[in-house]
Amino acid sequence: MEFINRPAADATIDLVCRMCPMHLMEAAEKMKNLDPGQVLEILTDYDGALEDIPAWCRTSGQDFMGMDSSDDCYRLYVRKGRGMR
Amino acid sequence: MKKTVYMDHAAATPVHPTVLEAMLPFFDREFANPSTVYDMGFNIKKVVETQREKLADLIHADPEELLFTSSGAEANNLAIKGTVFAHFGKKDRIIASAIEHHSVLNSARFFERLGYEVTFLPVDKNGVVDAQLLRKILENDASRVALVSVMHGNAEIGTIEPVEHLASLCHEFGVLFHTDAAATVGNIPVDVQALGADLLTISGPAFGAPKGTGALYFRQGTRLMPLIHGGIQERGRRAGTENVPGIVGLGTAAELAKKRLMERRAYLVQLQKELVEGILQRVPYVLPTGHPTMRLPGHASFCIKAVEGESLIFMLSREGIYVNTGSACASKALKTSPVLVAIGVGAATAQGSAVFTLDVTNTHEDVEYVLEKLPPVVEKLRSISPIWKDRAPMTEGAKK
Repeated sequence: MEFINRPAADATIDLVCRMCPMHLMEAAEKMKNLDPGQVLEILTDYDGALEDIPAWCRTSGQDFMGMDSSDDCYRLYVRKGRGMR
Repeated sequence: MKKTVYMDHAAATPVHPTVLEAMLPFFDREFANPSTVYDMGFNIKKVVETQREKLADLIHADPEELLFTSSGAEANNLAIKGTVFAHFGKKDRIIASAIEHHSVLNSARFFERLGYEVTFLPVDKNGVVDAQLLRKILENDASRVALVSVMHGNAEIGTIEPVEHLASLCHEFGVLFHTDAAATVGNIPVDVQALGADLLTISGPAFGAPKGTGALYFRQGTRLMPLIHGGIQERGRRAGTENVPGIVGLGTAAELAKKRLMERRAYLVQLQKELVEGILQRVPYVLPTGHPTMRLPGHASFCIKAVEGESLIFMLSREGIYVNTGSACASKALKTSPVLVAIGVGAATAQGSAVFTLDVTNTHEDVEYVLEKLPPVVEKLRSISPIWKDRAPMTEGAKK
């Protein structure tokens, strides 16, 4: 699932050190401010996010693009779904 | 005639009547939990966020950069433990000044027990932190330093530290900087943008909010490991249902403080001058402590030689005068104040520490009353002091 190249993000939220359910709540809140097609980058060190974020994308109509990891966190990329608000 | 003169506002301030009035509905009528998903809860959540905006306005921050705590001590703990744990495994050194509040000193010592290297920066005779030494450490070891913590204003000796300079120095080396501003927020203008601190501690009871209130400013992007894990409160950074009445008290006190900051400063500086000059004229062998000019308004601190501080405080309280010896937390420990030791005051002299912290509720008459009552109290204590002989302190020689 890992990217070789990170996609350009239109917005980033850093959730490192914060746990469930903040990765879902903050992502959903931040997504409200983006336009359809824009990309949100989510930084987290919460392992559960690797399942939760793709699942949230499926149920909320967002496009889960994939992930990358750096030395201290995961980076997950979500494109806002067309027609989503 | 005996009156009551309270000059220990560094220890506690009375809750302002406007603050109390604003808080009252949130104990009974407006009691809902802000995390609930029905309108009663939404409304309370809005109230909490409005208070956050008021507090942010006082220190020129973004409301999202503030989280509410139960005290300044908790905010200090979170600033230190939260950032150090956020860098766990990567950075293993902490730097703080030697005159910090115990909530900073002991948080740092906690990490010392875990194997971290902790450095306490010395201060000069006025209590000003040695910035040159800090630079030297950072030049050699910045990559290991998780945090530097130096307080904004010292409640025991009144000195205001050059925080802008220290923060800028830390940023030059990519190191996070925290300042404990418990003694300054609400007392003097504090602008986090100008100060440049990454984290800043606020204490509510220092400026007319109730006890049990405080906050931590953290610059956007600053990672903090929570001290209290749990739910979604404070965006997952501090769990536990919010103390809504306290938060309303803190926000209201912040709003009031902002309106009165400049006027307050001018008044307190004048009152402090009258008190300091009056004491130095009337009582011999008194050593003012702290910086002579870079100091908190309304803060007057001394070491009265050949006098024991606890006895002085007790005798003054019998005259209706309430002041402190050392910080409110440290004075009960009956040991030489680490702050006075750090500024080089001798052990015998340090015993006579007296700290007067004034507020706008104090009057010129209050100062006159203290100036009338203090000299005979000091004289009486010296008459029974084993280190007072021939109208001079034995250990200090006969010269003033």
